[in-house]
Amino acid sequence: MRMKPVATPSSARLRQLALLAALLCGAALFQPAVVQAQGNLEINTPAIASLRSSMQSRHAQLAPLYASGAIGLAADGSIALRDAAAVPLAQRAGVNNLVAAENADRSALYREVARANQHPEWEADIRNTFATRWIERAPAGWWVQRGGQWTQK
Amino acid sequence: MFTSRLRLLAMALLTASTAAACVTINIYFPAAAAEKAADRIIDEVWQAREAGKAGKASQPAAGADSATAAQPEE
Repeated sequence: MRMKPVATPSSARLRQLALLAALLCGAALFQPAVVQAQGNLEINTPAIASLRSSMQSRHAQLAPLYASGAIGLAADGSIALRDAAAVPLAQRAGVNNLVAAENADRSALYREVARANQHPEWEADIRNTFATRWIERAPAGWWVQRGGQWTQK
Repeated sequence: MFTSRLRLLAMALLTASTAAACVTINIYFPAAAAEKAADRIIDEVWQAREAGKAGKASQPAAGADSATAAQPEE
């Protein structure tokens, strides 16, 4: 013969636990909405500012190389020397240095944006987002990499 | 015995919901916000193009070595 437990102390504690679990589930559901409501990523840190200004000043030297097709915007968010013949032999080492320095800054930029937003694991997503935007916003005449192929915009 | 098993179930639920909260926070990537941030940075980096052309007159006249002279002749 079984006794039906009617409001024993342990069933009261059980109800408390269930309530706590329900509250936690609710909090889990609301978390993304809070993040999304902010709408902006943090990009105003000293590290990001110094990368931005370094890339900005380098761009004066890169712009004619984009225009001549010597370098292009790669699909992975970097830049690449795509037509070495467009650069006079004597200047090739200099161009290689420029490309390497730009790519180092770009990698650091993607990492720093992810870190500035307390999500280092976002680095690859941020790199992909930048890669798409660099290519979409490139002016006509520049070379960009799409689906593994170089095409001129 | 019956209630202790229920309590165990409640504990399991609690653990699961806590884990779910962590996973939710980590997976979420704000794609639209990232795109906006990228555009702001790209604007700033590429805006310098015209200013760079204007400032070309003040190019250093020193050494015609390959490391500094990166522009193809125009």
